[in-house]
Amino acid sequence: MSCEPWQCAEIAATKKANPITKPEVAVAMIKKAAHPILVVGSNATERYMEGRPLIEFLIDFANASKIPVVATAHMVGEFLKRGYEPADFMSAMDIGNRLVDPEWQGIDGKGHPDLALFVGLPYYMEALILSGLKHFAPDLKTMTIDNMYHPHASWSFPNGTLEDWGNSLKVMTTKFRC
Amino acid sequence: MTSKNVHIKIGEMKTSIGHIKNLELSIGKVVDDSWSEPMGPTPMPGLTTLRDWDMKLLNKYKPFYMPDCDLCCLCTYGKCDLTAGKRGACGLDIGAQSSRIVLLACSIGAATHTGHARHVVDHLIEKYGRRYPLDVGGLNVKVEAPVTRLVTGIKPETLGDLDEVLEYCEKQITHLLSVAHTGQEASNLDFESKALHAGRVDQVGMEVADIAQISTFHFPKADPEAPLIEMGIGTVDTSKPVIMCIGHNVVPSVGIIDYMKDNNLADKLEVVGLCCTAIDNTRYFNRGKIVGPISWQLRFIRGGFADVVVLDEQCVRADASLEAERVKAPVIAASEKNCIGFKNRTNDPADEIVADLVSGKVPGVLILDPEKVGEVAVKVAQKIAPIRKKMNVLPSLDEIKALAKTCRQCNLCQRNCPQDLNIPAALKAAAEGNLAPLTDLYESCIGCGRCEQACPVKLEIHSFIVKAGEKFMLEEKNFCRAGRGAVQDVEIRSVGGPIVLGEIPGILAVVGCANYPHGGKDVYDICREFALRRFIVMTSGCSAMSAGSYKNAEGKTLYEEFSGDFAAGGVLNVGSCVSNPHIAGAAIKVANIFAKRNLRGNYEEIADYIHNRVGAVGLAWGAYSQKAASIASGFWSLGVPVLVGPHGSKYRRMLLGRADKKEDWEVYDARTGDKVNVGPAPEHLFQTVETKEEAMVAIAKLCIRPNDTWKGRSIKLSHYVDLHKRLYGTMPKDLHLFIRTMADVPMTMKDEFTKILEAKDWKETVIPDPTLLSRMVRKMKE
Ligand code: SF4
Ligand code: SF4
Ligand code: SF4
Repeated sequence: MSCEPWQCAEIAATKKANPITKPEVAVAMIKKAAHPILVVGSNATERYMEGRPLIEFLIDFANASKIPVVATAHMVGEFLKRGYEPADFMSAMDIGNRLVDPEWQGIDGKGHPDLALFVGLPYYMEALILSGLKHFAPDLKTMTIDNMYHPHASWSFPNGTLEDWGNSLKVMTTKFRC
Repeated sequence: MTSKNVHIKIGEMKTSIGHIKNLELSIGKVVDDSWSEPMGPTPMPGLTTLRDWDMKLLNKYKPFYMPDCDLCCLCTYGKCDLTAGKRGACGLDIGAQSSRIVLLACSIGAATHTGHARHVVDHLIEKYGRRYPLDVGGLNVKVEAPVTRLVTGIKPETLGDLDEVLEYCEKQITHLLSVAHTGQEASNLDFESKALHAGRVDQVGMEVADIAQISTFHFPKADPEAPLIEMGIGTVDTSKPVIMCIGHNVVPSVGIIDYMKDNNLADKLEVVGLCCTAIDNTRYFNRGKIVGPISWQLRFIRGGFADVVVLDEQCVRADASLEAERVKAPVIAASEKNCIGFKNRTNDPADEIVADLVSGKVPGVLILDPEKVGEVAVKVAQKIAPIRKKMNVLPSLDEIKALAKTCRQCNLCQRNCPQDLNIPAALKAAAEGNLAPLTDLYESCIGCGRCEQACPVKLEIHSFIVKAGEKFMLEEKNFCRAGRGAVQDVEIRSVGGPIVLGEIPGILAVVGCANYPHGGKDVYDICREFALRRFIVMTSGCSAMSAGSYKNAEGKTLYEEFSGDFAAGGVLNVGSCVSNPHIAGAAIKVANIFAKRNLRGNYEEIADYIHNRVGAVGLAWGAYSQKAASIASGFWSLGVPVLVGPHGSKYRRMLLGRADKKEDWEVYDARTGDKVNVGPAPEHLFQTVETKEEAMVAIAKLCIRPNDTWKGRSIKLSHYVDLHKRLYGTMPKDLHLFIRTMADVPMTMKDEFTKILEAKDWKETVIPDPTLLSRMVRKMKE
């Protein structure tokens, strides 16, 4: 488990993400948020754990946590195919751009998100969006639930194996269920 | 043109008063206003001339910044930490710093194209004289330089006229670059406006380069039936000596080809090219071959195919000469912008240089005379080919399996790979004798070599991948259509109406570099999808190559399957990077030739016309360079949206509209002066898309324009809905924003639309004569 950026060159962050040492810690922080959202990128169908695509773990997690999902790229169709309706879908750039607007009232119109979780975007794109949010949305907290350390987030899991990742997502799902 | 330098050159003259030798005389400028079109308001715009127009665009499409780095280290006050609102020692904040980086990228791009144009024009003037006439398409192309006419107000007729146009560009680029100095500009939007100006200047510089070379080298002249050119490593006849040219500037390659032709060697050697030099070589010499895009430099050199490597300018790997040395292929550096540390041998006798290169006394030389480059390259290739015997440094498959056993599974290769390719797993399998996972990496690998730099046991991972994919590599036998150059005026006349009314659903320009997320097949798939949908598909540069690198079920490449006409369902390669202004030029000519708007120095009006009426979208799926940034900027400035693939997010700034903010989408109705809400059309000016599927849906949507007739709008919407349903598995959620009257609704979708419109409380509105410029309103209401 390492808190270096997964892609080695992504080092130029003076304000770096606090590492999430255990999935339970992530769950506690998410539970504190009033308006969290979960942004899911196109790697959700590319990455596999235990023979299952990431998106299936995320559907379980979203169902348990009730966090509204924003699907980027063409992921909405992948969710729908699996019987889950995301709260919204838009391009990754659009959701980033809305999150830096303090007047934006969220996808449900009920208030600006106070926590944005990210997972499954190409690493460099996710890194850039998180950087944009760090610089231009100072009141927003960000978290990645990938298995790759993202220095520009507020909180990030360290680099970890697929096995660790699958377990973390399952623990987080279970913690929300109980 | 409007003004002329009178330039007299006398070689030798004997008169009663004496003997004159080598006299050159320049006597100022004589005004020649034979161009009857009246001058518009903004000829030769300076840094702030079009600022109001820029701000209109930047207000509609606000920058979204994603800084790559929290720091600024541009001056010795720094490094400064600019995180989240902190200002640096000079007072700059991260927004302005981010936009300064955009300006720098666009200025570098504009300087590169303009420097390229300067070299080409100076060389051609020296060779053919200032009065050599420009001809890009004979009687078929009367508007020979739409961008230059639009921006500068000059109508160039001769090579010498281009000199003045370039002087304008050079002056602007100097000013633009100076703005990036510490303490020069404070507002991010002003930096952005200047980046747009860099884009305008860049388009002019590129246009100059291309019309100069088309005119003098007799490239295809607006020819829809430009020849099909063999493309791919598999097309190279390796029994012959092979000269490989890498870069963008065709002048040294012309020297090579001319020498071959003059010495009856045209069929005795192979001249192949990588990147835009390849495209332009084959516009000059249809027996030239295109190896592939920029990212294939390492695979071609290491594979040992090249006997001589000729490097000109732009996008040339800095280690290309070192790689060539490994396979004992001599290198000729042929550009003053890329001397590679070699000794300048321009003035040495050709045979001495040849002897030094063939004997290996020196690995490479700098030669700045293109004719000498030609002679040396050909002679060296002929002499060294039998000695080198296509020596390569690719390991054998057995060696790969053995070397893979030394892999420590440390992941550093993957963590340094821009594609995040799972190299450790592929090497684990290779060590166990299974090379299939390594072969699978071949298509996605962009040949950057970063994995090798990171590997602690120095495994030549890229070579492993190339060897494992060798079968595919050698089977690469495709066709690219030679760059046709401009679009004919008559083509514009016949499709101008359907484009502006929306009945041709859009013009898709697929341009730029090969930094693709998953290989070039995505480019082919996207081009084919839209050609089948009867969009006009235009290509250039490395994207033009990738578009031609795959085949349909009948074994035909894209350029064989579709015509090269500027017409619905055409797929036309305009040429190299510097040919991109023919794409912008086509949009400009729609405004000029079809709509009869004056062009001359009339930037804002024409850009406003294009933005509101011409459904054109640029896609730079693998854009990586600063030049790609300035090319994109030239399109933004005309109000044409540009999409980039995921790596394009690293340009760190998007220009995004907000479909959810109704107030952002008002235009004037030029007939009445009323403000009319036209919805988010087009929604963005610069956007990164993550996947091929997202790109396709976004392209269809971004072709929608306020001016569409109901018929045009319904055609555009049917493509948008169809792609959305197929690729996103659901209806779009924003359809109500694009329906003005029920007539806009595609016939077959009435029921679905009606339900959506009812749920959204939709109200009918009018189709205006749209403009963002109040001065274009014909009858303003009190
Ligand atoms: S240019 Fe400004 S922000 Fe950058 S290092 Fe110098 S003082 Fe700091
Ligand atoms: S050469 Fe290929 S495998 Fe190696 S880092 Fe570059 S893209 Fe990745
Ligand atoms: S960097 Fe080298 S040693 Fe490490 S996993 Fe990659 S190939 Fe193996």
